[in-house]
Amino acid sequence: MSSVPLSAYLALGLILFCIGLYGALTKKNIIIVLISIELMLNAANINLVAFSKFGVMPSITGQIFALFVMAVAAAEVAVGVAILIALYRNRNTVNIDEVNTLKH
Amino acid sequence: MTLSGEFLAFISLALVAVVGGVLLLNLSKVVHMVLALVFTFVSIAGIFVLLSAEFLAAVQILIYSGAITIIMLFGIMLTRHDDTNEPKTGRLRKLLLFLGILGFAFAFYIGIYNLDFGEASTTLHENNTEQIGIALYSKYIIPFELTSVLLLAALIGAIVLSKNDKEKEAKKE
Repeated sequence: MSSVPLSAYLALGLILFCIGLYGALTKKNIIIVLISIELMLNAANINLVAFSKFGVMPSITGQIFALFVMAVAAAEVAVGVAILIALYRNRNTVNIDEVNTLKH
Repeated sequence: MTLSGEFLAFISLALVAVVGGVLLLNLSKVVHMVLALVFTFVSIAGIFVLLSAEFLAAVQILIYSGAITIIMLFGIMLTRHDDTNEPKTGRLRKLLLFLGILGFAFAFYIGIYNLDFGEASTTLHENNTEQIGIALYSKYIIPFELTSVLLLAALIGAIVLSKNDKEKEAKKE
């Protein structure tokens, strides 16, 4: 029925995850780091949905799990942006290298 | 692997998703990066449709390319965003990170490149939303209710964190 193999979906998820990981580790702006984390969560969702169709026991559970991941990601973004705004109010910066109070 | 319509759709959607991700890494303005990310999110919704998860595709469009993008744009708007010449990371550090991630990707690719569990499910796309609803309200009712508690905690936490407490500052002075 389906002509696209499971490994193609998994490879797409892997590429997106690697892009997100690189962005989260190299970018300086906190907003971009948050966005990269969202990209990584999305790549994980692709894997979950792919396994819910092509896995050993195909069932709806993978899609349910992806839904829960989305809910947690939305909560995480809301709290992350709130922390970002509180930080900007106190330190007047969004550069991740200047947030080093624990280091000194 | 024949050149069917599904395969063409997958290739084009995957191409848009990866190009959006690469643009996210290479553009200089923050708002443009967020717009590049919207392309990725929308094409991931298309990938979900190909994987017979129509409800998840709708949720992806609503939550990711709608709500999360808007929250990010608000975050950009409320902070300083006009300095495009951000301080550069060290070249050596970037190169080492790139090589490390390349190694990570290669190790995973060896594991997945000919993974196949045989027969794909053929019933997932029939009444997809009804299946999700039945599973969510019977088998997964406790995690579902706990999610509401998590969302409430996140809501209150976000308000408390970003509230401008002028009264406390006035008392200090």
